[in-house]
This record gives sequence, C-alpha cells and structure tokens, in this order.
Amino acid sequence: MNLEAKAVDIRKDIVDLIYKAGCGHIGGDLSVTDILVDLYYKQMNIDPQKMDDPDRDRFVLSKGHSVEALYCILADKGFFDKKELFDTYSKHLSKFIGHPNNKINGVEMNTGSLGHGLGVAVGMALAGKMDKRDYRVYAVLGDGEMAEGSNWEAINAGAHYKLDNLTAFVDRNRLQISGTTEEVMTADSQEERWKSFGWNVISISGNDMNAIDEAVDIAKETKDRPTVIIANTTKGCGVSFIENKAAWHHKVPTKAEYHQAMQELSERRAQYE
Amino acid sequence: MNKIANKQVINDVLLAESATDKDIVVLCSDSRGSAGMKSYAEQRPEQFVEMGIAEQNLVSVAAGLASCGKKPFAVSPASFLSTRSMEQAKVDVAYSNTNVKLIGISGGVSYGALGMTHHSATDIATMGSMPNMRVYLPSDRFQTEALIKSVLKDDKPAYIRIGRNAVEDVYEEGHVPFALDKATVVREGTDVTIIACGELVGDAKAAAEELAQKGISTRVLDMYCVKPIDKEAVIQAAKETKLIVTVEEHTMYGGMGSMVAQITAANAPVKVVNLTLPDAPVVTGKSREIFKYYGLDAEGIVKTVTEQL
Ligand SMILES: Cc1ncc(C[n+]2csc(CCOP(=O)(O)OP(=O)(O)O)c2C)c(N)n1
Repeated sequence: MNLEAKAVDIRKDIVDLIYKAGCGHIGGDLSVTDILVDLYYKQMNIDPQKMDDPDRDRFVLSKGHSVEALYCILADKGFFDKKELFDTYSKHLSKFIGHPNNKINGVEMNTGSLGHGLGVAVGMALAGKMDKRDYRVYAVLGDGEMAEGSNWEAINAGAHYKLDNLTAFVDRNRLQISGTTEEVMTADSQEERWKSFGWNVISISGNDMNAIDEAVDIAKETKDRPTVIIANTTKGCGVSFIENKAAWHHKVPTKAEYHQAMQELSERRAQYE
Repeated sequence: MNKIANKQVINDVLLAESATDKDIVVLCSDSRGSAGMKSYAEQRPEQFVEMGIAEQNLVSVAAGLASCGKKPFAVSPASFLSTRSMEQAKVDVAYSNTNVKLIGISGGVSYGALGMTHHSATDIATMGSMPNMRVYLPSDRFQTEALIKSVLKDDKPAYIRIGRNAVEDVYEEGHVPFALDKATVVREGTDVTIIACGELVGDAKAAAEELAQKGISTRVLDMYCVKPIDKEAVIQAAKETKLIVTVEEHTMYGGMGSMVAQITAANAPVKVVNLTLPDAPVVTGKSREIFKYYGLDAEGIVKTVTEQL
C-alpha cells in the first residue's frame, strides 16, 4: 500500500466529514494524519474483527479532539460503517460523539480531556509487561497538551518502569487554540525535557511518512526505556490556506473553502496515480 | 474493642485472593503503609505497583491496567483520591467504564487534626455524581470483607471509602447479612429509622439501643451502598416509620442524607433530618471528638431523635 496516497485519501475524508458535520478540529486532524496512517496501515497489529485479542497493539489518542482523523481511519479499515459515521457524526443521538469513545469498535479508552492518555497508556504497557505479552502501546499527544502536569507524572512513571513497549508521539505543530505554543505556554526543548526524564527521544519531520515509519521501527528495537517521537508537523498539513494558522484549530470550511481544499487534495492525490 | 482496621481486612482479602487470581493488582501512591498494604506489597511484588506521589497518574494507570484485563485496586488517601484525581476518576474510570476499584483510605475526618487538606468529607458528592461510579462506605471489618469479596467478582468501577482506625464491630463473625446494593437492616423498628453509612453505623446501632430503653422503637439501616442507594429500603422506612434521621461522615450537601431526602420527597414524604458534618472546615480533633462535637455520635443521634420525633 502507498501510505502517502492513503494519507491524502484520509485527509479528504476528514475535510469532508468536518464540512458535512459542521464541526471538528481540522487543524490538528490534518497535522496528525500521517502518524495515524503509518500506525494503522503499517505498524500496528490491530484488526477490526479481533478487538478482544489480548495481544493486539493498543492505541490512545490523548489529543482526543483529533477524533475525526481517527474515525476516518477506523471507518476506512472497517471497524464500523463509514456511511453511519458520515451521516450521523456529532448529530443528535449519534454514537459518534466529538471525542474518542470506547463504546465504538476500535477505540480503547475515552479521551477528550487533555493530559489523560499517556497515563492510561502507561497502565496498558505495564499490563503487557506483567502478562509477558508482546503487544505495543502507542499514545499521541499534542504539544499544547504538554502543559498539562499530569503528563509529566506519566512520563516519570513510564521511564521508572522501563516501558520499552510504549511509544509516545508529540504532534509538535507549534500551535494550539490561542496562538503559538511559545506564546501561550512555552513548549520548547520537548526533546530535552523527555530526555531528562529518561526517555529515548527521536525528533523527526512529522508529516514525512518514511521518517515516521523509521522512528517507530527504532522505538521497537529500543530496550529498557520508552520512546517518544517528537513529530515536527504542520498544523493543517495538506491544505494551503489552513496550514500554520491557529485560527483553523476548529474552524469549519465554508462551501468555497471546502471545494478548494478538496481540489488541492485531489491534485496531490493524482500525483500518486 | 476490635483492633483490626478495615484497611487491614482489605489487605488480607486481596493478599489471599491474589494467590490464585493473578490479575489482581494493587497500586499505591507512596501510601502502602497508611493503606495497610505493606504485607500485600511485600508478598505480591509482581502484583503491586508503586506510583509515587502522583494520584492523578495512579488512577490513569489503574484504568490502563483494567483495560487490559487486570483488576486494579488504587489505594490512596480518600482526600486526594476523591479530589486530586477526580477528573481521572471521571474520565478514565467512570466514563471509560473500566474495572478500577478506587479505595479511599483514611477517609472522612479520620486524619483528624491534620485538617481539611486531609479530610474527604466531600467524596460521596464528588464520586457519587459521576455516572457509572458506585460508592460504598462499609461499616465494619466483617462487612468490608464481604464487600471486597463481592466487588472482586464484578468488572465495574467503584469507589470504596474506609477510615483510618479500627472501629467497633457492627456485625458478628459468621453473621454478616450481606447482599450487594441492598441496605442491611441492623435492627427492626417502627417509630423512627436511622439510616447510617460507614463508621457511624455503630453509633446508629448504639443510639437505637438507648432509644429502645426510652420506649422508642428504632429501625437502623446500614446504607453502606451509598450508590446505587437502596431506594426500596428508604421508601419502606418512609412509609413505615414517622421520622428518618440520616447519619454520615460527610458535608451536608450531596451526601447520603441528600439522596435519602431526594427519594422520600418524590415517593413518600416524611420528615428527614440529616446529621452531617457542617458546610465548613471542621474543628480540630480526633474523629470521635469531631463526631461528638457535631452530634454524630450515639449521644447526638439520641438527642436528635428525641427532639424531632
Ligand atoms: C484538559 C483540557 N483542557 C482544555 C481543553 C480544550 N482544548 C481542546 S484542544 C486544545 C488545544 C490543544 O492544543 P494541542 O495540544 O497543541 O493540539 P493540536 O494543536 O495538535 O490540535 C484545547 C485547549 C481540553 N480538551 N482538555
């Protein structure tokens, strides 16, 4: 499978879903897409029919507001009906609420309140060690989210228990709701911070599929400490007028913007034909 | 005088059960000593996780363990567990519906003179208000044992609050009527019903004995299952007795007494008097001194019943 082409398809689905639902967190969805595509289509051992397999890999979307990206991938992979997602997302009585919910096949844990996912992932990784199972645990965090103190409790524990079956990503797009991370609350030197807690740190270009894939491979080989992949991404990646603009954190495209976004993504997609 | 604290019973039950049930995991937050979990931690190192002084992560990690099939017991002072980790309890345990048993130790005012930072007089309100979260306040060591054995068999979230020190037995060894989520009738009576939970059930029982001497027939309900509360038992009491007095180691709002009043108001209006801690930091002292001061002990209960009946 051409993962880069898949990532463009997923981006089109995300824009489509958000436009049709009239809500969603488009900027963070588009920045994290490549990471999720690599995990779900290449790296993770996870099967829609076997979500009760104790040996499946575990995934926690700590930056739960990027749920549209996750749902588009889960739908595409057959975890649930794609049509139902597109017809009902965020609508009255829909099971697809605006943050991950574990009543939905494919979702392990409920998130949405930032600063929870990594602690939960530490627990999952600990369980894997206790039961001597080979599954791996992945968690994706936002860079704005790194201001949550609870993350640092989890980072501490992950290193303390030498959880080399745990890989965290920081979607380092340098933006949050109110502006740049550096304006809102300093998030610089993420590498040094995690490193000083004892994590293996890999810094990559986070919308580069090969770089992501290689980093995940390195994490798998790393022993006795968890790995964090600082993924330097572009918020809104793939749609010119959304890229790098804090205002697009959860803005919904107008009709004209929607068509322009789909046009740009279709042109990009054509390059892979 | 009983010398065995409820926390000791929890340690013993979990130690015994974990010999065969390898999914039981106890997590502490630098609290294994105060939790009475030392012997468990020593004898089951592979089923014990020290989380350090990080109560938020304690609960998140427990939830992650539960999602992978473990049966975690997060054992930490009730004061911190019910407020510092409240959001983790809400999101990772209640909302995600994970099989985490939150054990709040040294609950209520049992840390006495250490002050409000260490009191958990709001935990029924905080934990009980979360959908999916059950709340239990066992009254004595025998009931604690029955309760822990019972919740070990289910896979749903629960918050269990126990006190720091040994309390007088309410039941007798081998005679512990217990059906999960059904209030235990400690004593039958026809004039008044005292509904108590946690460590004040003993006082309710003693008060009823004293009231009997005065010719007042008093029913005592042990409402250890604060949530889901035994609604039927409350309605029955409301219909069969003239007055309900609730007694709890909790502030006046959002506790067991509030729930009882809510049920009676809608189903069988009867006078309900809530004996609680005040809506204020409590006076300095040991538990028993504090109970006496606010009229929550047997003497205070007798006084309230005779005044209100
Ligand atoms: C505990 C908590 N506080 C606040 C919010 C509201 N919120 C949702 S997304 C967001 C900004 C997140 O920024 P970042 O982590 O950088 O994510 P990204 O830019 O990748 O979308 C905020 C403040 C929340 N969901 N949870």
